[in-house]
Amino acid sequence: MINLTIDGKQVQAESGMTILQAAKANGIEIPTFCYDPALSKAGACRICVVEVEGARLLAAACVAPIYEGMVVHTNSEKVQKSRRINLELLWANHNQDCLTCEKAGECKLQELCYKYGVTESRFEGKKRNLPIFDDNPFYIRDYNKCINCGKCIRACQEIQINETYDFVDRGFNTHPDTAYRVDLMAKESPCVFCGNCVAVCPTGALTSKINRGTFRTWEVEKKVKTTCTYCGCGCGLELNVIGNKVVRVTPDLSGTTPNEHGALCTKGRFGFDFINREDRLTNPLIKENGKFRKASWEEALDLIASKLKGIADVNGGNSLMFLSSARTTNEENYLMQKLSRAVFKTNNVDHCARL
Amino acid sequence: MNYIETDGVKIVLRNFGKIDPLKVEEYVARGGYESLKKALTAMTPEAVIEEVKASGLRGRGGAGFPTGLKWSFTKKDADQKYIVCNADEGEPGTAKDRLIMTGDPHGLIEGMAIAGYAIGATKGFIYCRGEYTTSINTLNHAINQARENGFLGENLFGTDFTFNLEVRSGAGAYVCGEETALIESIEGHRGMPRFKPPFPGGAGLWGKPTVVNNVETLANVPVILDKGADWYKSIGTEKSAGTKIFILCGNLRNTGALELPFGMTVREVMETYGGGLLTGRDLQMVHLGGAASGIMPPALIDTPLTYEDLQAVGQGLGSGVILAIDDQKDFMSYICSNTHFFEHESCGKCTPCREGTARINEILHRIAAGDGTLEDLDNLKDLGEMMQISALCGLGQAAPTPVLTSLEHFMDKYVEAVSGKKNEVNEEAVATEAIHKSYYEAAPIKLD
Repeated sequence: MINLTIDGKQVQAESGMTILQAAKANGIEIPTFCYDPALSKAGACRICVVEVEGARLLAAACVAPIYEGMVVHTNSEKVQKSRRINLELLWANHNQDCLTCEKAGECKLQELCYKYGVTESRFEGKKRNLPIFDDNPFYIRDYNKCINCGKCIRACQEIQINETYDFVDRGFNTHPDTAYRVDLMAKESPCVFCGNCVAVCPTGALTSKINRGTFRTWEVEKKVKTTCTYCGCGCGLELNVIGNKVVRVTPDLSGTTPNEHGALCTKGRFGFDFINREDRLTNPLIKENGKFRKASWEEALDLIASKLKGIADVNGGNSLMFLSSARTTNEENYLMQKLSRAVFKTNNVDHCARL
Repeated sequence: MNYIETDGVKIVLRNFGKIDPLKVEEYVARGGYESLKKALTAMTPEAVIEEVKASGLRGRGGAGFPTGLKWSFTKKDADQKYIVCNADEGEPGTAKDRLIMTGDPHGLIEGMAIAGYAIGATKGFIYCRGEYTTSINTLNHAINQARENGFLGENLFGTDFTFNLEVRSGAGAYVCGEETALIESIEGHRGMPRFKPPFPGGAGLWGKPTVVNNVETLANVPVILDKGADWYKSIGTEKSAGTKIFILCGNLRNTGALELPFGMTVREVMETYGGGLLTGRDLQMVHLGGAASGIMPPALIDTPLTYEDLQAVGQGLGSGVILAIDDQKDFMSYICSNTHFFEHESCGKCTPCREGTARINEILHRIAAGDGTLEDLDNLKDLGEMMQISALCGLGQAAPTPVLTSLEHFMDKYVEAVSGKKNEVNEEAVATEAIHKSYYEAAPIKLD
């Protein structure tokens, strides 16, 4: 363990930790933009700068390693001034439409400007004037709101491993984009619309198109933890609900689900509109005389059991075949083959993913 | 090529103009590769590092970090280490490394091989400015000759030391002169700096321990081993040992590059070798060390050209360029061309530099156009000081230096600009191409 002083408090932290990690472990919050524990470090946004006694420069807490006897001030006047100017710089080059921005209420830039009392910038002047990319069914890219934290780039390269984005242009005009700036839908684009970039974006630069303009982030009444039903991976989801209607899906970041770092795919993240559709099948149907009628689960299962048993009794188990689904869990698939092999004594069992 | 001959001792330019740089035998005839032989056959790597440490050699790229110390910081245990020569020479007005690479390429190659032996690197890269086509061709020719003559390759001088060299070309980004951006570029990535630590000595090129040294620094090494640390230390001053290539440019009668021992004052160099200003003109300022260094007022030109003396007056030696600006040059236009340069060259990675260089340039243009306010001056200072301590790399940290030092020394000109009449800004003069052109016209040596 390393002994150090953070904001006048003697603390201990594990060797190899950064200032940010050591502070967090001791209940001291340091603001960040470009840092994400799931991604490689960038040290680029410089909002997490802190003062280290004896150092000429401020240190970026997200990348600076701690050492024995280190004395850190995370909120000194010098630090606060640097952060405020940093925010003023970002704000001056930002499309300031918080009133209608999808991200309002969850925007990191908004939050920190509020916290540091940045209501206007002394550095107003030119702004980037980039086109808004609305080139796919899932999300909109408005780099006029981008703060160049680069998390979307790293999420795509390191979590999804699709390498869709990198920075293009230089200096003031730097922003993320695709190789050769092709549309995301173009065949040259490796994008699979998983939306992991949207999930990590701290501002309104990357926002979902699903239910856009129909709710504000703070109107979400509850987040219901559930498991994605699209496949057997079992990714943890949070269904964001307003008035018994799912308005969006966010990942379960509790760390207890199989989708590490909250990664989701395009289906799990964006494919939830069926939940509230009127034509959604919500109970079993039994066909009688060529017409479906509603039935209870008990009635439907009894019917299936009796039919299967009847066929097996007459023609043997091998006259049946059991086909399982990729949308069920591993456990359910295991039970399906158990049913097939142990109850009906047949190896005729397969899975839709093999078709 | 305007090279100014001096009477004094020469180290890195000892062979300049005296040998045909394309003939290795001429280099050898003047004692070339003897120091490498001495290092490999009679010295341990530790002894080489100690000798360089004792010589007091400091990095000639601009920062002035003690070279021997840097070598000794290289991580000991590693399956592969690299020595990288920073030959990106992007500092406006600077053309010193090119003199070495085109005039005495084997001096650099020998220095790199010795450095490689000292730190345990078997492979070296020379990252050369892309526009320097002659330098790149000359180096490649010299590397081939060295390999053919047993000065590069396997089992050098019968020892088990192997050393190979490769030239890599830059593609025009100023920031690639920053050592970690340079490493990223060699690796094939976008030229953007990495955060430090880890320093290259711990994890550099492809994550392996790497030493990055400037051309001029490495070219000193064979002479240090040949003549000894004591001899080397006797030249220059106590804290600035040896010689330095200075480049005189701007409004002087004579412009060009010359090698001088540390210690002469700015005035002495400008008058003795630069011939002073044109008749009837007064010195307005000196921009010493390159675009990222401080603006020096005439009152400070009696400062000796050493790391320590310049630091004491808030200035820096930088790359060694001495750009004299007389009273005919419009002050604000010059500052604007400088701030435009940095806006253009910011890589865009960190917020303070990406946004800050653009805002500084914007404010300066506003002031130059007569639309500035006194608050603008405060804002410049606030922003500049924030960049100095918060930016990710040396580029962003140093970019506001000319503005901050000129605010310190030329406040009267700023106040005049914000309170007085409307000025005409020569937009053409501050357009990118025009800036680059004016810098290189100011430089004594034309591009290859």
